[in-house]
Amino acid sequence: MSSNLANEPARVAEMFRKMVLIRSFEEAAGEAFHAGHVRGSVHQYIGQESIAVGVCANLREDDYLTSNHRGHGHSIAKGADPRAMMLELFGRVGGTSDGKGGSMHIADFSVGMLGANGVIADGCTMSVGAAQAIRLLGDDKIVVNFIGDGGINRGPFMEALNWAKVYELPVLFICENNQIAATTTTHLVTAGEGIAARAESFGMPATTIDGNDLFEVDRTVARVVAEIRTGGGPQLIQAMTYRLRGHFAHDEAGYRDLAEVEAALGREPIARTEAWLLENGMTADEITTLKAEADSEIIGYVEEAMNAPWPDGKLAFSDVQDVGAPSYPGADQ
Amino acid sequence: MTAMTYAEAARLALQEEMARDPKVWALGEDLGYEGGMAGQYDGLQAEFGSDRIVDTPISESTIMGAAVGAALAGTRPVAEMRFSDFAMCAVSELVNQAAKARYMFGGQARVPLVARMPIGIRGGIAAQHSQSPEAWYVHTPGLVVVTPSTAADNRGLLKSAIRCDDPVVYMEHKGLWGVVGEVDEDDEEPVPLGVAAKVCSGDDITIVSWAAQIGVAALAADALVEDGISAEVIDLRTLYPWDRDAVMNSAARTGRLLVVHEAVRIGGFGGEIASDVAETLGIPVARLGGERIPIPFSVPLEDAYKIKVDRIVARVRELVA
Ligand SMILES: Cc1ncc(C[n+]2csc(CCOP(=O)(O)OP(=O)(O)O)c2C)c(N)n1
Repeated sequence: MSSNLANEPARVAEMFRKMVLIRSFEEAAGEAFHAGHVRGSVHQYIGQESIAVGVCANLREDDYLTSNHRGHGHSIAKGADPRAMMLELFGRVGGTSDGKGGSMHIADFSVGMLGANGVIADGCTMSVGAAQAIRLLGDDKIVVNFIGDGGINRGPFMEALNWAKVYELPVLFICENNQIAATTTTHLVTAGEGIAARAESFGMPATTIDGNDLFEVDRTVARVVAEIRTGGGPQLIQAMTYRLRGHFAHDEAGYRDLAEVEAALGREPIARTEAWLLENGMTADEITTLKAEADSEIIGYVEEAMNAPWPDGKLAFSDVQDVGAPSYPGADQ
Repeated sequence: MTAMTYAEAARLALQEEMARDPKVWALGEDLGYEGGMAGQYDGLQAEFGSDRIVDTPISESTIMGAAVGAALAGTRPVAEMRFSDFAMCAVSELVNQAAKARYMFGGQARVPLVARMPIGIRGGIAAQHSQSPEAWYVHTPGLVVVTPSTAADNRGLLKSAIRCDDPVVYMEHKGLWGVVGEVDEDDEEPVPLGVAAKVCSGDDITIVSWAAQIGVAALAADALVEDGISAEVIDLRTLYPWDRDAVMNSAARTGRLLVVHEAVRIGGFGGEIASDVAETLGIPVARLGGERIPIPFSVPLEDAYKIKVDRIVARVRELVA
């Protein structure tokens, strides 16, 4: 791996710390799911950390991000509070949505994170709308939309690309191509030359990179974000990666070729970034300490979440709507 | 009789119908390897081939639209939407196309498709994976709407839905996938559409419900025995056309009606049943349904949405008092 950024080791170490924090968060979320503390669907981001971190390192806090079902890593990278996120996964008071949303509906509007999403590709069209708003309000923010390789076969993805290009909107589509959608190998159900070609057919510049190479992500996104922010119109980056775990925590991914998983482990982003740091001045001890700190930070959040109060049932009735708001308990019955 | 789950019974029904009629096929995401989210397609791709159990891209509008086209062109597709929440990505294909083609084209067309879209709360999957939008489709002329509540019914009603020449919205309840029931494997007769089932007999009140809420209503009927109240529970099974005769006959005899559903009460299908019974029989009627809030994630919040046994018991006591 090579890099041409100034001030590298400190910057890389900080990105590495975020990647490790995401990994610890996801491992802990999976364990909490298996222990029965977290319900629902937990889609882990394990193996893709370099993408969210490399992308968000090049965004401003007021830039927007729309995400999908696999949104924990995107959220942490954008600056959402992992403590509040863990409380949300546990359904407790103090969660990002006070327990209303859960794993698939993490959002933190204070850092421009406009929401994970339970519906594939709906984030694509919403990112176009956020970009329209930016233009209307005369801002120089940009919008980043994360989409999976499976999601590109939904109509809204194609509609959003077309629209973004027609109006030259400040949107960066990041397709995280982990080559699989739930249990389906995506290329078997995807026609044409792939995601980049699809974007190019709309006249949109597309760049394909190794998403597990933090430096390549960082470098490419830095360039593309600068182009978009200065009025260059939308672009797409296809970040090649690999989903190291099952589709969600309760999927053992028995459909996967073990040799393929082995090979992917050799390319996983944390070890690669770690190797670079070791060659560039960080000691093994420092790395061990950094990882231990991330783990203990996350374990602290888990312990807190286990003991945090449950929300009162009344809360289910707030924030539905202003006009005609429901009242508790069934007062209109 | 064989004990099998609600999901296994559905699998059996599809297997039998596919063996019986080569024009029956299914399309949807992750049907082959995964076998559907509850195993309701397990092994069927191996048995019938990938032209009849078709793994699709994540393309809900085209899954539904393709089913409409394939039905117009002489086959009987089962369009698997996985969640009724995702079927909302294909509402135009279902409501503007499937439901109206026969009518708009002066009877030239038939659309014998099954739009299979599981409904309901499974626990902790929140606002975009737990909805019960059956009333949307009951409201749409041209559609049949089915909500099985037992393993035997899931087998028998799915068979009827597949054989039906009208488009059928088939709503299995996700909370029931693993529930075991007795199924007579030798009896391959479908369960007729539009015919309700009596879950238990009673004299003081008629409780009408469907899908997973039936189990709760039956428990309430048991609990009411202690109060000396005998409740008759009717499982509608098909919501459109609903078995008006069965409901009217029962309600005329008991003199009171309560409709209970998991779906949001306001604008829910219970309102239609209750008002029809009130207009026709002039007896006291009442409804219980979810509050008009999105389904929340956390346990106490989700619980605040659900209609539990105590709510039904309390409402019945008020009505019977
Ligand atoms: C409209 C819609 N259809 C289907 C699903 C069910 N689903 C959730 S994730 C997923 C696979 C997504 O694959 P991909 O976009 O490649 O993202 P990845 O899971 O690999 O990150 C599917 C089919 C959904 N959430 N929304």
